[in-house]
Amino acid sequence: MGLEESLPNGILLANVEKLVNWTRKTSMWPATFGLACCAIEMMTVGGSRYDVARFGMERFSASPRQADLMIVAGRVTNKMAPVLRQIYDQMPEPRWVLAMGVCASSGGMFNNYAVVQGVDHVVPVDMYLPGCPPRPEMLLDAILKLHAKVMDEPINAKRAQLQAERGDRTELEASSEKYAPAGRGQRKRAERQQQAQRREMGAEGRLGAPGIESAGKNDSPGEDTADGRQSGTGHELGAGR
Amino acid sequence: MGMFDPLKGFGVTFSTMFKKVVTEEYPEVKKIPAPRFHGKHQLNRHPDGLEKCVGCELCAWACPADAIFVEGADNTTELRYSPGERYGADYQINYLRCIGCGLCIEACPTRALTMTNVYETADDNRQDLIFTKEDLVAPLLPGMEQPPHPMRLGDDEQDYYVQGPRLAREQGVPEDETVETGPEEAR
Repeated sequence: MGLEESLPNGILLANVEKLVNWTRKTSMWPATFGLACCAIEMMTVGGSRYDVARFGMERFSASPRQADLMIVAGRVTNKMAPVLRQIYDQMPEPRWVLAMGVCASSGGMFNNYAVVQGVDHVVPVDMYLPGCPPRPEMLLDAILKLHAKVMDEPINAKRAQLQAERGDRTELEASSEKYAPAGRGQRKRAERQQQAQRREMGAEGRLGAPGIESAGKNDSPGEDTADGRQSGTGHELGAGR
Repeated sequence: MGMFDPLKGFGVTFSTMFKKVVTEEYPEVKKIPAPRFHGKHQLNRHPDGLEKCVGCELCAWACPADAIFVEGADNTTELRYSPGERYGADYQINYLRCIGCGLCIEACPTRALTMTNVYETADDNRQDLIFTKEDLVAPLLPGMEQPPHPMRLGDDEQDYYVQGPRLAREQGVPEDETVETGPEEAR
């Protein structure tokens, strides 16, 4: 922006800050930085099933100068680190970095001489996303949490100082709770969809009850209750919820 | 190249309007993963609230990413956290290292460690992604009591392991909760 930096202190900028942050978060173009298997999940998020365009990320920018968010997806080797830094330096401010997957976040299981132990050794990271690789919902969750952080960003140095004095920190809530449907009709619709998902996963009824083992051989349902063990294997493996 | 091919193309677009939408509405509708999805870990409890973890560190040994840290300690008659001799005094899982392979679950001899379907774990600093025992241990169900307390359901730990499922039923723990003890524990 630039104008808000030169304004004297005392000019009220709270609503401008909200507006600016809102524009930044609702149209945040990601730069692709796919390095390994996490990139496959990142591409899936761009596809029609998960559709990251719902959150204003219409296009994965292949050029860093048109990107706001760098999703580092995959393990960063020592040889790749300077390239990563250069891409980051070429992105215009304001810019954000999302370390996707355990390898980008901390090196993961590759604790060796070739892999950078966390991309935060090279660039500042705004959001860490564990998982190997994280499922697309986890990436959407991380992006939405990052949106919440962007909404709380100060617009100039004065407000940044005020925020630091107050010690404010954005509350990072799980996205499915934060955006849980409020109305009764919407909630019912969501439950119906989740029931369909459970059926798709083979976990309808009691959680994890018809496991792979019990589906084929356990024909009579009455046998289950008579037996004290109650189809232990199939049930218990899914018991963790 | 037929004359009506351009129209056919529009026909595909038009008919898609009446088809089922494939896009998942993730944040509003929470996605239900498979029952055996490898999500966040959980440290389970016996039906009376005592912890199942015996602090043997087999999970830490099995972990290919060195994500688990365990420190065991001895139970005493005054301070008892688990049936048997030892319990896990300190238990940490670094989720920035954990690859969710489930080898720790396979290694656990008491089925203290299982995985849940919780997957929304993103955070903005590395410190908060090291989950400690307070974050991992299972919630207290009705009929459970916060340890330390003496063994309520038997004289020694063998009673807990051999009769685990029966004790859980008697205690009134719901069927699909995690206190269910596997047949492999009852020797």
